[in-house]
Amino acid sequence: MSWAWFHRLASPPYVYALARRLTPWFAWPAALAIVGGLWGGLVLAPPDYQQGDGFRIIYVHAPSAWMSLMVYTTMAVAAAVGLIWRIKIAHAVAASCAPIGASFTFAALVTGALWGEPMWGTYWQWDPRLTSELILLFLYLGYMGLRAALEDTTRADRASALLAVVGVVNVPIIHYSVTWWNSLHQAPSVMRLGRPTMPASMLVPLLLMLLGFTLYFVAVLLVRLRAEVLSRERAASWVREALSA
Amino acid sequence: MRAFLDMGGYAAYVWPAYAVTLAVVVLNIVWARRSLARARAEARRRQSLKEAA
Repeated sequence: MSWAWFHRLASPPYVYALARRLTPWFAWPAALAIVGGLWGGLVLAPPDYQQGDGFRIIYVHAPSAWMSLMVYTTMAVAAAVGLIWRIKIAHAVAASCAPIGASFTFAALVTGALWGEPMWGTYWQWDPRLTSELILLFLYLGYMGLRAALEDTTRADRASALLAVVGVVNVPIIHYSVTWWNSLHQAPSVMRLGRPTMPASMLVPLLLMLLGFTLYFVAVLLVRLRAEVLSRERAASWVREALSA
Repeated sequence: MRAFLDMGGYAAYVWPAYAVTLAVVVLNIVWARRSLARARAEARRRQSLKEAA
């Protein structure tokens, strides 16, 4: 197998041009999936037999929570690639993930609180799932703070990558927290072994939302990555052509 | 329509949850585009300095 494609992915001008070309191919399908998911979730899906229409918070809460974990995992993998193979683009990917992940972790916590109040009788509880998700937010903020504090890009890359890689232990802890400990939070109903525990009329909109948010993440990441690559390479000669294109 | 907006009595929880998520979705697009515009402006400045030198 040829590794040429892998080497090309370490080349800033190639990645910059590729990211630009790929963005609409993720952005438009994302918009379609999210609009379809919202229609299905808010209008077509029947009310839950226990939670009534309150369960519809799932269509924003679960995708936000999924983003918080998926983006962190992406960030940690990119950081590890950057550390091991010393690929700058990989560090640029990791740095681009952080603000996206942090904001969706915030959304997951807020929508979770808004779901918790009517169903559990409390906005917040120091429960394993909720606490480990809050720690995830602090990991993102710590990663961003560390990067902002280090002037030298190479040092910022290495130090923040180490934090991202160490912090990834929190991801399985969050996912399995509801199985390992007694938690107020319900067990997974989609990402579990065996069949999901929802009827199709509720499940399909949720899957559309998860797909839509994932595609949306790639589109936003590609735009952020271009900004990150440009600011690292602003003095390079290829940048002039890229800017005029 | 009234019934839809009322969300079976859960309107005070459902709509704020959707509003917060929508805000995060929109803000991420705005922030990403803004950081690209800023990086482009900065790179353009650098390139013209280089040319002048």
